[in-house]
Amino acid sequence: MTAATSIGPSAPRRWKKPPLISNALVRWCLWVGAGIYLAIALGTTEVNWGRVLEGVPRGAKFIGGFFPPNFITNLDEILSGLYESIWMTVTSTVVGVALSIPIGLGAAKNLAPAPIYYACRGILAITRSFQEVIIAIFMVKLFGFGPFAGFITLVIATVGFYGKLLAEDIEDMDPVQAEAVKATGGSWFQWINYAVQPQVMPRMIGLGLYRLDINFRESAVVGIVGAGGIGVVLNNAFDQYDYETAAAVLLLIIGIVMVVEYTSGYVRKQVQ
Amino acid sequence: MPVQEKDELKSWQRRDRRTQLTVWAGYFVGMMVFVWCWQLMSEETFWDFVWDAPRQAGDMASRMVPPKWGYINALWRAIWDTINIATLGTLMALVLAVPTAFCAARNTTPSVTFVRPVALFIIVSSRSINSLIWALILVAIVGPGVFAGIIAIGLRSIGFCAKLLYEAIEEIDENQVEAVTATGARGPQVLAYGIIPQVLPAFAGISVFRWDINIRESTILGLVGAGGIGLHLSSSIANLAWTQVSVILLVIIVTVIFSEWVSAKVRHAII
Repeated sequence: MTAATSIGPSAPRRWKKPPLISNALVRWCLWVGAGIYLAIALGTTEVNWGRVLEGVPRGAKFIGGFFPPNFITNLDEILSGLYESIWMTVTSTVVGVALSIPIGLGAAKNLAPAPIYYACRGILAITRSFQEVIIAIFMVKLFGFGPFAGFITLVIATVGFYGKLLAEDIEDMDPVQAEAVKATGGSWFQWINYAVQPQVMPRMIGLGLYRLDINFRESAVVGIVGAGGIGVVLNNAFDQYDYETAAAVLLLIIGIVMVVEYTSGYVRKQVQ
Repeated sequence: MPVQEKDELKSWQRRDRRTQLTVWAGYFVGMMVFVWCWQLMSEETFWDFVWDAPRQAGDMASRMVPPKWGYINALWRAIWDTINIATLGTLMALVLAVPTAFCAARNTTPSVTFVRPVALFIIVSSRSINSLIWALILVAIVGPGVFAGIIAIGLRSIGFCAKLLYEAIEEIDENQVEAVTATGARGPQVLAYGIIPQVLPAFAGISVFRWDINIRESTILGLVGAGGIGLHLSSSIANLAWTQVSVILLVIIVTVIFSEWVSAKVRHAII
């Protein structure tokens, strides 16, 4: 303890940042494992570089489509697709939120008896395990091409998302307030209305707006498999190599998403 | 306090008259918009198809059982590809998201007026275009296959990762940064010793979270030709091979549950 701790620039001890994973063995195993995985994954990924190089001019042409984007030629199609997307978003968000309220109440452990709890949790797990597009394919098979299939798809996705968050929010609520209302002798509905609902409402309004935003984005996607909305227009444009129209649609989607996001962010700030 | 007096009895109400009316007006307008949108939708819907749907669903379900278990041997490769698309795509996104996030965070950006808006625009445009749309574009450009899928996932995830990461960077404890600066550290050193250790746990959490989402997303990229299990799904549906479809759906569920389990474990370990 004499030489080693001598103070000065020549001191042999150097401080090092503590690593994120403190166990050295786990850390090294993770690094080696990641290295091996990467080597195998990159080795088995088949990339046709010739085809990729061939695509460079096409990529340039696609980017060129943005300068300027063509809103004019297919204006009617674009507008009707856009309207379709917008009202699909509105109806599916409203119906989805309305349906997820009973399911969310049922999936909250502190509210519902065990059988209802497991049933509702089961519904939520099933609705959440598939990607929207997979659901959309089946809905198109069932309801035929068109916005109704997209509507059902988005409702299912909304229930999975909103119901789960609602249930978690109810589980996290302050039990003292709930107990106080219960102690006044309120009925079950009064209890929900005066004790539970005011506690979860601000966050739920925010999440509803957030879901509106997500549903609009998704409505652009479910159209690719034929479930209505602006996605149909986008898909047609790509099929016809009409990159100018595709660029216009993409810019519109980005613009609307930005507007919706800023508005919902503003409203959420006001509510919370 | 909003209290209503009626027959000499005071009764408490949740809202006073003005708020109550505003709330009702809000609901009323919301309802009107909803009904109007619903009407527009029902004009374009063939209700016969809708009423027929339950029967169709039963029919489809009966065709899907029993699943053709032997088909799973044709799927291993596709499952591997799907996981690779998600993982390599996430890696690509992380590499690109880190500099974007540092440019977008108010406290680390080189210039608030010039660099930050560009970074924010990159984040918004990457986030607003779904990975399936990116895949659609990329399949047209680089041709069908896993490569298009990886890039699509990567491009979509940049925005997500960068957004969460820049929010984490903006929330760091400035005192630590100041302390490191006070020792005479230069810019990169402040970054390495003052900022990065603070956001590293958030970064790890974000990566695993996005990886989990990407597994889910990569199962569908095959529908537009970008590799993975979606290719088999769309061809099985096109061939009306419903017993194969049910196997694929089960495989997807298992993969998604597995990835959710891994991500929950890792995030739990970090936090």
